[in-house]
This record gives sequence, structure tokens and C-alpha cells, in this order.
Amino acid sequence: MRYLTDRKRATGTGSAKSGTAHFWAMKVSSVALLILIPLFVFTFGTIVGEDYATVTAYFSHPFPALIAALTLIVGFEHFQSGAQVLIEDYVHGLAQKITIILIKCISYGLMAMGLFAIAKLAL
Amino acid sequence: MADVNRGNRPLSPHLMIYRPQLTSISSILVRITGNALIVAGTLIVWWLFAAATSAEYFAMADAVMTSWFGKLVMLGSIWALWYHTLGGVRHLIWDNAVALDIPTAEKLGWAVVVGSFVLTAITVAVL
Repeated sequence: MRYLTDRKRATGTGSAKSGTAHFWAMKVSSVALLILIPLFVFTFGTIVGEDYATVTAYFSHPFPALIAALTLIVGFEHFQSGAQVLIEDYVHGLAQKITIILIKCISYGLMAMGLFAIAKLAL
Repeated sequence: MADVNRGNRPLSPHLMIYRPQLTSISSILVRITGNALIVAGTLIVWWLFAAATSAEYFAMADAVMTSWFGKLVMLGSIWALWYHTLGGVRHLIWDNAVALDIPTAEKLGWAVVVGSFVLTAITVAVL
């Protein structure tokens, strides 16, 4: 017989574990994106389809460059957080760990690549 | 007592036995649209990277972006983006433990679906 209460045995073994920090991070980034996404759609959207000279000149302006950079930072941060939840729901065991690492590498890789491009265009 | 019936408990019925409902469909679409946006995200980053590299590389990426396939991906992604945004707003509302009753939840579901198409139409009209 083990002298442990049910409460003690349950602590830390639930599916949530440290879920509140993750949940809060998603909430914060989603509110930020609520502001950034409309700004990004209507700045980035106007420049797609223009020629090379117009595009490079456009991103040398601070406003479209900063909006694009912020959207990439917060957007990919939000994406990797959400994609992790998707993976946790459908993939299990070692495959889950590998897939989560992979999706985080892709997310931060794309974020860095986009930021490098914007910095080069802007400066 | 805690060991009683461990591992042999009745499980909740499999999701597939339920009739599809507006609340469940509009919920899973938030997840699908959000994750599908990786396609547009990758395309946009590649396009920006090409613009920062050279005129020749940009011409290639821009040809993909403005091709019928690129335009289809972008149109779909604009809808997905607005759907996911409105679905996210619905979650931000629900997080305050309000509007969770079925009639209100269904109204919010329709608002998300209709709103996403309206916002897509506005975006296409403006751009």
C-alpha cells in the first residue's frame, strides 16, 4: 500500500502540465497579429505584382519594412506555437518530438530569412 | 481506490460518430486555416528573399507569385487568413467565459464564416 493521496498522484501528470504559459503566449501574439495582419495585407498586398525597382524602393521606406518585419516575427512565433499544439494532438512518442523540433526549425528559419531580406532591402 | 479500473475505463465516443455541426466544423477550420498559412508564409519569405538577392532571382520568384497558381494560393490564403483571424477573435471572446451557450456560439460561427468571405471580397476589391 502506498501512502499517497489521489491529488498527489495526479499532480504534474495531466495533459496540460505547463499549458498556461503556452496559452498566454498564444493570446498575446494573437492580439498583436490582430493589429499587424490588416496593416501587412494592405501594405504588402499593394506591392506584389510591381516591378523589381518599385519593390526594392518600397521596402526602403520604414513603415512597410517595419510592418513586414514585425508580422514575420510575431506571425512565425504564433505559427510555431500553434503548429506545436497540432502536432501534440495527432503525433505521439519520438515522432512527436522530432516533428516539433522540425517545425520550430522551419518557423524560425523562415523568420530569419525574411528578416534578412527586409533588412537588406531597407538599408 | 485510485487503481480501480485503471486502463480499462470507458472512453468517450470517437469523434466520427457525431453529426457534423457548425460549431465543430468552424472550430476545426480555425486549425486547418492557421496551419495551411505556412504555404503563403513560405512563398512570401521566398519572394522577399529573391527581391533582396538580385533582379534575375526576383523575376523568377515574382513569376511564381503572379502565376495562376501563385494567385490561387494567395487568394485562398487571404480567405484562410481572415477566417483564422475571425476564429481567433471568437476564441478571445470565449476566453472570457462569455457567449458559450449554443445559440450564441452558432451565431458567432456564422459570423466567422460570412465575415471571412466578406473580408476576402473587400481585400480583393481594394488590392
